[in-house]
Amino acid sequence: MNAPGVRTRTEAGPENADPTTPAVVFRHASAHWGSRIIWEDVNAEIQRGEFVAILGPNGVGKSTLVKAVLGLFPLSSGEVEVLGGPPGKANPRIGYLPQRRHFDPGARIRGIDVVRLGLDGDRWGFPLPGFGKFNRRHREADARVRAVIEMVGATAFAGRPIGQISGGEQQRLLIAQALVREPELLVLDEPLDSLDLPNQAASAALLARVSKEAGVTVLLVAHNVNPILSYLDRVIYLAKGGVASGTPEEVITQETLTRLYGTPIEVFRTNDGHLVVVGQPEAPHGDVHAHMMRP
Amino acid sequence: MTANPAFTWNLIEDITQLFEYPFMVNALRAGTLVALVAGLMGWFMVLRRQTFAGHTLAVVSFPGASAAILLGVSASYGYFAFAVGAAIVFAVLAPTGGRGRSEESAIVGTVQAFALALGFLFISLTHRNITGAQSILFGSFLGITTGQVAVLAVSTILVLAVLGLIARPLLFASFDPDVAAARGVPVRLLSVVFLLLLGVTAAEASQITGALLIFALLVLPAATAERLTSRPGLSVLVTVLVALVVTWVSLALSYYNNYPIGFHITSLAFGAYVLASVWQAMARKLDPVVQAR
Repeated sequence: MNAPGVRTRTEAGPENADPTTPAVVFRHASAHWGSRIIWEDVNAEIQRGEFVAILGPNGVGKSTLVKAVLGLFPLSSGEVEVLGGPPGKANPRIGYLPQRRHFDPGARIRGIDVVRLGLDGDRWGFPLPGFGKFNRRHREADARVRAVIEMVGATAFAGRPIGQISGGEQQRLLIAQALVREPELLVLDEPLDSLDLPNQAASAALLARVSKEAGVTVLLVAHNVNPILSYLDRVIYLAKGGVASGTPEEVITQETLTRLYGTPIEVFRTNDGHLVVVGQPEAPHGDVHAHMMRP
Repeated sequence: MTANPAFTWNLIEDITQLFEYPFMVNALRAGTLVALVAGLMGWFMVLRRQTFAGHTLAVVSFPGASAAILLGVSASYGYFAFAVGAAIVFAVLAPTGGRGRSEESAIVGTVQAFALALGFLFISLTHRNITGAQSILFGSFLGITTGQVAVLAVSTILVLAVLGLIARPLLFASFDPDVAAARGVPVRLLSVVFLLLLGVTAAEASQITGALLIFALLVLPAATAERLTSRPGLSVLVTVLVALVVTWVSLALSYYNNYPIGFHITSLAFGAYVLASVWQAMARKLDPVVQAR
C-alpha cells in the first residue's frame, strides 16, 4: 500500500540518514523457508515517527519479517528498505528488543548495567572502575543511561539485580536498553508477550509515549491486537490467508480480518471510539496463558 | 618435607620463614598467578554458566599429564595440549555459547568420562604407583620449578591480555546474546575464544590445585562475589581478592601442616562461599523492598 505513489529515488547509499525517507519500505517482499512460503508480496511503507504493529496469529512469520528488517533473514524476492538503505546497514541506528528474554532469578547484574551494555557493550576492552568520574565521555554516558532509565520510569528499581525484579519492570529496563543509543527505529518482537494485562497496557502506553516524545519510529510484533490498538498509526497484518497493511481503520475490519484468518472475526467500536477485535483464532499456546503468566 | 617448619605465634617470623626456601617462593609465585587468572576467568565462567565445561577442561589435564609422563616429556605440555584440545572440541561440537544448552552439557560430559578413562589407562601403562595419579588429581605445590613459573607467567599474561580485550563484549554476549548479536558483537567467535582461554586457564590452575579440585579456584571465588554484590566491577575485584587470599593462606597452611594444598584451597574457598551466602540471606531479610514482595 504505497500511499504517496511509487518512489522515484535511485539507489540510496547506506549512509543516507535523510530523515525524510520512510523508516521502512517493503516492496513485493517474499520470504521462503526452503520451499515453504512464509509470506508473499508484502507491501508497506512506514513513515518516520509512526507507531506500527505487525499483527497476526503465531507461526505466520511475524518474527521473520522483523529479521528481514534487521537484515538477518534474506528475502527470496522483492525488497525491503530500512532508514533509506538496504537492511542490516542501518542496524546501529535501530534499537532492537528480541522476543521475550528471561533473566534467571540468580542473574547478578543490575538493571542499570543491562542498559549500559546497550550503550557501549559492543566496544572492546573494559572500563577501569573508578576512572569514569574523570572522563567526560564516561560522564556523558552515565548521564545518558540515567536519562533513559528516567524516561521509562525505571529509576526506582534500576539498581536492583535484574533477576529479582518483576517481568514488567524488566521489560521497562529492556526498552530503556533498546532506546539508550537514541535509535531512529525501535524494533520490538512480542514486547507484550508474557506480561500480565496491566503491564501490557502500561508497556504499550510507554512505547506510544516514547514514540511521540523521542520521535522514534516504533515497529512491534504482537499477536494480540487489543492492548495496542488505540495507539497504532499503521498495521501490517499477517495471516495464513495473506497480508494486509494500512491504517487500523483500513485493515482492522470484519471483512479483511475474516478473509485473512479464513474464519469469522468481529470488530467492535467501543463507546470511546476504540476498536476491539473478537474471535481471532488463538494459537495453541494462546493469549489466555500469556495473560495469566508471570507476576 | 625438607624443612622442619614449626608454626609459632609470631606471625612475622612465620611469614619470613615462608620465603626462606626457593620451592616455597616458587609456590607463592605460581599460586599468585594461578589465583589471578583462575579468579578472573572463573568470574566469566560462572556468569556464562559454563562451570561444567570448565571442570571438564580441568579433568582432561589428568590424561594430559599422564600421557606426558608416559612419553617422558614435561607434564606442562600434557596439561596444555589436552585442555586446549578439549576446548577446541567443545567449540566445534557445541553449537551455542549462550545459556541453557543441554546439548553442550551432553558433549562435555562425554568428553569428561572419556578423559578419565584415558587418564587411568596412561597411568597404568607407565607402571607407576598411584601417587603419580594422586598428585595430578589433587595437586601439589612442591617442586614447582622456576621454569614452570615462567610458563605460568607467560600464559597468565596472555590469557589476561585477551580477556581484557574482549571483556565488555563478552559480558554483553554472555547476558544478552541476541541483542549483542544484533549490535554486531561476534557472539559465536567470543564463545570460542572464551573456551580456549578457559582451556589454558584450567591447564594452568590444575597444575597447582589438581585436576579434580579446580572447582575451588575457578568457581568458588566468583560464586562468593556473586553472592555479595551485583555490581560487575566490584564483583570482579572481590573475586580476585578471594582467590588470592585463599591461595596464599592455603600455601602457608600446607607449609606448616603438610596437608595437600587442594584440600586447603577448597575448604577455605568453600568457607568464604558459605559466609557470603549467610551474608546474602541476612541482607535479603533486612531489605525492605524484598520484604514487600
